[in-house]
Amino acid sequence: MSAVEERTFVGAPIPRKEDAKFLTGQARYVENLSAPGMLHLAVVRSPHAHAAISSVDLSAALAADGVVAAFSAADLAEEWGGALPCAWPVTEDIKIPEHFPLAADRARYAGDGVAVVLAESRAAAKDAAALVEVDYEPLPAVTDVAEAAADGAPLVHEDFGTNDSYTWVLQAGEIDEVFSSADVVVKERYVQQRLVPNAMEPRAVLAESIVSSGELTLTTATQIPHLLRTTLSGVLGVPESKLRIIAPDVGGGFGSKLDVYAEEALALALARRLGRPIKWVEERSEGYLATIHGRDMVQEIELAATSAGKITGVRAHLTASMGAYLQLVTPGVPLLGAWLYCGCYDMQAYDFSCTGVFTHTTPTDAYRGAGRPESTYAIERAVNALARELDMDVVDVRRLNMIKEFPAPIVSGLEIDSGDFEGALDRGLEMLDYDAFRSEQAARRESGDTKQLGVGFSTYVEMCGLAPSRILGAISYGAGGWESATIRFMPTGTVQVMSGATAHGQSHATTFSQIVADAFGVDVEAVEFLAGDTAVVPLGMDTYGSRSLSVGGIALYQAAGKVVEKARLIAAHQLEVAAEDLEYENGTFTVAGTDRAMTVPETALQAWTAHNLPDGMEPGLEATSVYDPPNFSWPGGCHIAVVEVDTETGDARVKRYIAVDDVGNMVNPLVVAGQVHGGVTQGVAQALYEEAVYDDAGNLVNGSMTNYLVPSAAEVPSYEVDHVAAPSPTNPLGVKGAGETGAIASTPAVINAVIDALSHLGVTDIDMPASPERVWRAIEEASQ
Amino acid sequence: MTGIRLTVNGTSHELDVEPRELLVYVLRERLGLTGTNVGCDTSSCGACTVLIDGESVKSCTMLGVQADGRELTTIEGLATSGELHAVQQAFHEEHALQCGFCTPGFVMATVSLLEENGSPSEDEIREGLEGNLCRCTGYHNIVRAVQAASGKEVPA
Repeated sequence: MSAVEERTFVGAPIPRKEDAKFLTGQARYVENLSAPGMLHLAVVRSPHAHAAISSVDLSAALAADGVVAAFSAADLAEEWGGALPCAWPVTEDIKIPEHFPLAADRARYAGDGVAVVLAESRAAAKDAAALVEVDYEPLPAVTDVAEAAADGAPLVHEDFGTNDSYTWVLQAGEIDEVFSSADVVVKERYVQQRLVPNAMEPRAVLAESIVSSGELTLTTATQIPHLLRTTLSGVLGVPESKLRIIAPDVGGGFGSKLDVYAEEALALALARRLGRPIKWVEERSEGYLATIHGRDMVQEIELAATSAGKITGVRAHLTASMGAYLQLVTPGVPLLGAWLYCGCYDMQAYDFSCTGVFTHTTPTDAYRGAGRPESTYAIERAVNALARELDMDVVDVRRLNMIKEFPAPIVSGLEIDSGDFEGALDRGLEMLDYDAFRSEQAARRESGDTKQLGVGFSTYVEMCGLAPSRILGAISYGAGGWESATIRFMPTGTVQVMSGATAHGQSHATTFSQIVADAFGVDVEAVEFLAGDTAVVPLGMDTYGSRSLSVGGIALYQAAGKVVEKARLIAAHQLEVAAEDLEYENGTFTVAGTDRAMTVPETALQAWTAHNLPDGMEPGLEATSVYDPPNFSWPGGCHIAVVEVDTETGDARVKRYIAVDDVGNMVNPLVVAGQVHGGVTQGVAQALYEEAVYDDAGNLVNGSMTNYLVPSAAEVPSYEVDHVAAPSPTNPLGVKGAGETGAIASTPAVINAVIDALSHLGVTDIDMPASPERVWRAIEEASQ
Repeated sequence: MTGIRLTVNGTSHELDVEPRELLVYVLRERLGLTGTNVGCDTSSCGACTVLIDGESVKSCTMLGVQADGRELTTIEGLATSGELHAVQQAFHEEHALQCGFCTPGFVMATVSLLEENGSPSEDEIREGLEGNLCRCTGYHNIVRAVQAASGKEVPA
C-alpha cells in the first residue's frame, strides 16, 4: 500500500462536477451570448415542398424599420468556396446533389431557405422576413420514401433522372442455398417512421469576423466543432487557420447537432460581408423544418431457419429516405446498422442492401443510435415472427440462437470482442419473474379484462465507439475515427485536460476527470476539463456514435501514462535513484523498500521551475495521445418491456421496463444509468408516440411541440436498470459505449410487448408509433 | 412602449417594454436573466418556467406587461449566498440533469409543486411535471430528485 490514502474514482457513482452552472442558470448556451453591434438573422423559408422560384423581391423587407440588409441566394453566390458537405459518399456512383446554404431556383422541401434578412433586433428581422416576396410555382412533391422510389414519382433532382441516390450491398455466405434449403422462412415488412430529434436547446449560432485579417469565429450549438472547422473552411473558402469554432454549453444533440448547417455558413458569410457579428436562434417550429430528421425507412427482412428454430440466414433490404439533400453523413446512417441485421445471433448467410432515396422532405441524418435502432427493431421483431411461426417461446428461440463464445466473428464480417448475451437475458428474466408474468397474463386473458398485458424482449448487440479509421476509410467515410487528449499539469498540481470529445449532456467533465484523478492520485476537483473550442483543443473528432469514452477516454488514459513516465524520470532524478527503482501507486513514486517518495504533483512543480531536471529534458509536464481504436465497441444486453393495452381504446402504456446492459466497465454508474434512462425514453417515444407526418402537398403536419408528441414524465414509468459486465478486451479500461444502447434496444421490446398483449386476439403486426388508433384498428382487423 | 414595474428575485425594476414582448424575453434580454431558457414557441416545453407570486408559470405564456406589479423568482434567485436550494441540491445528487437546458424550468416547477403538495406520490410528481419536457433523462432521476427534495426516501 502506498503512503497516501487510496482513492478510486473510476467506477464510483459520484454526482457531476459540471452541474452547478446548469442548476443556477449560469450556463453559456449560444442564445445567452451576444457581441457588440450584432445583427439578428432571420431565414425566409419555402412554404412549398417543391416549387420553382422565379423571383425574390427584397425591397419591402429592406424598407422595414431596423432592417440592415437582406439577400437572396443569387446575392450570396460569390461567398461560397464550396457547397455544404456530404462526408460519406457510400458508393462510387452515389448521386450527391449540390447543396448551397440558400436555394436559388428550386425549393425542394418545406423549410428550404430562400433568403435572409438582417436587422437590429430579432423581432425586426422576423417581421421583415415576412415581407420578402418570393414568386413560387408549386410543383408535384413526393414525401413518402416508397412512393419516391417508384417509377413515375416526381423527381427531387431532375438532373439525376431518378430519386435513387445509391444502393449499397453487403453479402456473406451461401445465401440462396440457405434460403432454398430452409425448413421455414419468415418474411416481414416494417416501417421506421420519420422522427424529429428535439434536443431541448434549439440550434443557435453567433458569428464574428475581423474583416481586415479575414479571421472568423463561430460560436454554435454543435456536437462537432472540429469537423465544422475543417468543412466550413471549404464552404467559406477560408483557411482553417482563420476559422475558430466554439461549442459552448450545448443543450442536447442526439445527432441533430452533428451536422454542417446552412445557418452556420450563412452567419459566417454575413459576418464577413457586413463586418458585424451575426446571431441566429432557431425557433422550435422552424427547427422542425430546418434541423435534420431521423429514421424514415422501409425494411424488408427475411429469416431462414430450421424447424427446430435455428436461424440459418437473414436477408434485409432497406429503402431509406435521404430527404431532399445529403447532409453531413446522411447516406451512411442506414449503413451503421448494415452489419447488425443478424442481431446477437449465430447464422451462416447474410444479404443486406440499402437504397437511399431522395424525397421532398427535410434531410435525414444521424439520430440517436443511427442505423442500429433500425436494425435491432427489424431482427428482434423478425425473431418474434419466427417464434410465432414455429410456435416456440420467444425466449427459447433467442437463447437457442444467441452467440455464446467470444471473441465472436459474425456472419456480416466483423468481430464482437466480448459480450454476455445469455447472462443479460437470464438476469432480465429474473428481474421480470417471467413465469409469474405469464400467469398474470393468462389470468387477464381468461377473465376477458379490457386491460391486457404483454411482454416484449429485445436481446441486442450494437456496434459503436466510432471507429477504427481504416474501416471508416474502407466504407468511404471522409474522416478518421481517432480521438485526442492532452494532459497538462499546472505548477500548483492541478491538471488541465483538453479533449477532442465535447459534451452536450454526456458528463465528460466528470467522467474524464475520474480517469485522470485515478491516474495521478488527485481529486476530481483538481482536474479542469477543456473542450469544444478549436483554439483551445486543436485536434479532435468530436462527439457522436457513443465514442467519447471508448475512444477519447482511452486517448486520455494513454496520455496519463505518458505523463506518469515523464514524472517518473523527474522523481528518479530528484530522489537520486534509477527510474526502474521507483514503484508507482496512486500518484506517488516510492523508492522500493524505503519511505522516500515524491508525488506526481510535486514533479509537476519541478517540471515548471525547471531548476533541476535531468539533462536534456524539456520543462513542463504534459503529454498528448491520439487513440485510434482497433475495433468497434460492442455493448449488448437484454431489454424487456411490459405493457398494458386497453383493448377498448387502444391505449398502450409501458408499465415496467427492464434494461440489463453490458457496457463493459463503468467509469460512473450514475452517468451510465442516466444515459440508459434517456435512450430508452426516446425508444419508447418512437414505439408509442412520435411520428413526423407530411400531407400530400408535402407540408409537415405536426411541426411543433403541440402536436408532435415528445413524451412527458406522465407517459413513461420508472426504469429497472441493471448490468452484466463483459469488459472490452479491445481497450485498457475495458469500457464500451453507453450513449445509444437505450435508444437501440427499446423500440422492439415495446412493440413486441404490444403485439404480445393482443396475440390471443390474433394481432401479429402493428406499425410504430403504436398509437391508440393504430392499436384499436389492429384489434378490429384481427377480429374480422 | 409601455411602462411596467416588477420585482424579480427581490430587486424591483421599472422598465419600458413593447406591448407584444413576452415575459421570458423581458427577463432574458432586458434584465439579462438568461437562466430562464426558451425551448419552444408553443408553450409546450416548460423550459421557461418561473415563479410569479410563488406559483409556477411558463414565462412565454405571458406578456411582459401582464407581469406589471408582480413578484417573480427565476432560477437565478433560488440559491442563497452560494447555497443551493434543496431542489437544486436534490437534482444534483440524483443526477436529474444532463444537458441542463430544461433544468431551470424543472427546478422552478418542482419548487412550486412541492409548495402545493409537500409529499407527492410518484404519480403525482409525474402528473405535476407533465408541462415540462426533458429529452435527456427520461424523467427517472427527475422523479427521484423531487422525491428526495420532498424528504421522501428515494427508491433504489
